[in-house]
Amino acid sequence: MSMPVNSEIKERLNGIFNAFAGKGNELIPVLQSIQEEFGYLPGEAMKHAARFLKIPESTVFGVASFYSQFRFSPAGKHIIKVCHGTACHVANAGEITEKLETRLKIKDGETSDDGLFTLESVACVGCCSLAPLIMVDDEVYGKLDPVKAARIVSRLSRTHGEKQEQ
Amino acid sequence: MNKPRISVGLGSCGMAAGANAVYRRLETILMEGKAEFELKRTSCLGMCYNEPLVAVLDERGEFLYGKIHEESAGKLIEEHILKGNTLKGHLVSGKDVFFGSQVKIALRNCGVIDPESIDEYIDTGGYEATRRIIREKISGAELTGIITRSGLRGRGGGGFSTGKKWEFARNINSDEKYLICNADEGDPGAFMDRSLLEGDPHAVIEGIIIAGLAIGANKGYVYVRAEYPLAVRRLKKAIKQAEEKGFLGKGVFQSRKDFKVEVFLGAGAFVCGEETALIHSIEGARGMPRHRPPFPAQSGLWGRPTVVNNVETLANVAWIIRNGADKYAAYGTENSKGTKVFALAGKVRRGGLVEVPMGVTINEIVFGIGGGIPEGREFKAVQLGGPSGGCLPASLAGTPIDFDSLRKTGAIMGSGGMIVMDETSCMVNIAKYFLEFTREESCGACTPCRLGTKHMLDILEDITEGRARKEDLDTLTDLAEGIKRTSLCGLGQTAPNPVITTLEYFRREYWEHISEKKCRAKQCRKLISYFIDPDKCAGCRVCYKKCPENAISGDKDKVHVISQDDCTRCGICIRACPRKYSAINCLPGQA
Ligand SMILES: Cc1cc2nc3c(=O)[nH]c(=O)nc-3n(C[C@H](O)[C@H](O)[C@H](O)COP(=O)(O)O)c2cc1C
Repeated sequence: MSMPVNSEIKERLNGIFNAFAGKGNELIPVLQSIQEEFGYLPGEAMKHAARFLKIPESTVFGVASFYSQFRFSPAGKHIIKVCHGTACHVANAGEITEKLETRLKIKDGETSDDGLFTLESVACVGCCSLAPLIMVDDEVYGKLDPVKAARIVSRLSRTHGEKQEQ
Repeated sequence: MNKPRISVGLGSCGMAAGANAVYRRLETILMEGKAEFELKRTSCLGMCYNEPLVAVLDERGEFLYGKIHEESAGKLIEEHILKGNTLKGHLVSGKDVFFGSQVKIALRNCGVIDPESIDEYIDTGGYEATRRIIREKISGAELTGIITRSGLRGRGGGGFSTGKKWEFARNINSDEKYLICNADEGDPGAFMDRSLLEGDPHAVIEGIIIAGLAIGANKGYVYVRAEYPLAVRRLKKAIKQAEEKGFLGKGVFQSRKDFKVEVFLGAGAFVCGEETALIHSIEGARGMPRHRPPFPAQSGLWGRPTVVNNVETLANVAWIIRNGADKYAAYGTENSKGTKVFALAGKVRRGGLVEVPMGVTINEIVFGIGGGIPEGREFKAVQLGGPSGGCLPASLAGTPIDFDSLRKTGAIMGSGGMIVMDETSCMVNIAKYFLEFTREESCGACTPCRLGTKHMLDILEDITEGRARKEDLDTLTDLAEGIKRTSLCGLGQTAPNPVITTLEYFRREYWEHISEKKCRAKQCRKLISYFIDPDKCAGCRVCYKKCPENAISGDKDKVHVISQDDCTRCGICIRACPRKYSAINCLPGQA
């Protein structure tokens, strides 16, 4: 995935900033909007946000790095969240993460080489009766085992393969 | 009689199980004119183990169908609506057992009304309490009095008297006051607040308005986890509807009081569930907690008096005002009044969202409502209160659920997560799991929590990997006591609880890990081993091919052997071995 260039970032940011008053306490919602737009927080964008909100850049980065929602590099097309809530943990969610790590040839938290998948562990999705489960983008897949989880990933990567061939 | 009414449960769990497709299928059937019925959306009824759920109400009565998928939805219409039968194999059995002992106050409308319709909420008597407060000019003092008398205590974990908290904030003079609804719900294994927001957002909003009126606040916030997209969407929609009706905004219910409610999305930090950290987060800062006092009720958001209340706490409020403090206090025990919602999950037959009067026992929930442990396994323990809570052994499951009885065991009521475990769960592993969580989520502000949780985790890792010595258990206990006593906020003060309770009730299991290098639950990889039974192995080579470490040797049609030096105990071979042979065994202990 290519990183947007500065002029482009600035333009897209203007659209975002329009919805805010430019006060320091808006920092978190502003960062959330930036991430929604770019998929991550580009360094340039954080600098612009600091200027817009009239706060030091160090504050922006300090806040952004505190919260686990924010990422500083682009994520894959699909984000796979493996739930590690208590119910999923006792249902062996660890084996699912392990299986997906092998299947995607990446470690937890990384993005696959083809830029399709980012693998993450999350604390709890709150659908404990479906444990163990994963969430791909906004879709929940429950009552899994390692093999079923890998199959979901394979299905997704196949649809992308087909699209590229067309 | 009117047309039969069909409602589909569209909460997160239901949707994850495929309820959306069911709804669309029924919609299509309706549009094609194949059958006549009224189609309705509702939310989670709490019967998560049976999702997707579809309820049919007709002149024959109310029928609840479970595990309905796209295909069975068509069959349901054919059998139930067109032929007048019932759909075999899907009628929910044990409905009376599941719901019989529950008392739904906070969850009164969940799974019953359409959460996206304010009119349906109003039809159940919603917003009547607020209207009456305005019309009859019921004062803040009276409101806090009613809530105090009801005995309602905070459902977010702390259990502080809600009425008293309101009273503190009410008694402080300030031109600005705030009411914050805490919907951060960070405990893994808990989904009470999510279900409430998804299933009955107006009940929460009405609670916020009443609390706001009681303390004299002009603005309310709902701090929601960003991981709950559906809850956020329904909540925002509900706020908009309430504004359109004039229940929120300028001059609520045609009075001269203004009250606005804003949604603030959390950004993924467990510690932000702690009220002072949460306030810092709304202020746009890092979500670090601070010393209390001053309590938020004295000096909170922007330094103004602020009441922070949990979602479930607030969902009870309108009910109490409408039905009276005494009616609420009639449920529960001496010091724990009313009901509590639990998210029942783990190794239990009927997991879901349940609301019970305080004072019922853990056994009644696990075996009565939950139907016991599946697959003939044994009930070993129950985990209450997530990372701040503890593990209670089956022998203590007769403990009544109330704040005081639970505290005496070392566990806590907590926010309501209840995870059932059977003999396949290793208690040391569970303690390690929670310490991993708190170590990760520790904000780093204070040393005992930042370094202490790390140190405890190191020891737990040593134990589960067979490196620990006997003295380590004493160090673990010392650390636990120290961190509990000296941490800045509730996160650190309660982080050792999972370790303290498992050490107390499952000490033998720790011993086995340390001295016998054995994990009886077969969860700790370094303390188990895999063997091939020579009498059963057919030499089919399946495990040989699947083993990622090339640790299995043997020729075709000859007995295979696992090299214990190369084996990483990943368990792939045991799953790969064809069922007809079942030749691989996993045993506790090192080879
Ligand atoms: C680490 C930590 C996490 C917490 N998380 C939550 C939470 O997710 N939801 C919640 O309502 N309260 C949470 N609390 C408790 C809040 O600080 C506060 O006591 C509560 O919101 C007050 O509401 P109540 O009186 O209605 O329970 C947490 C406390 C700590 C120390």
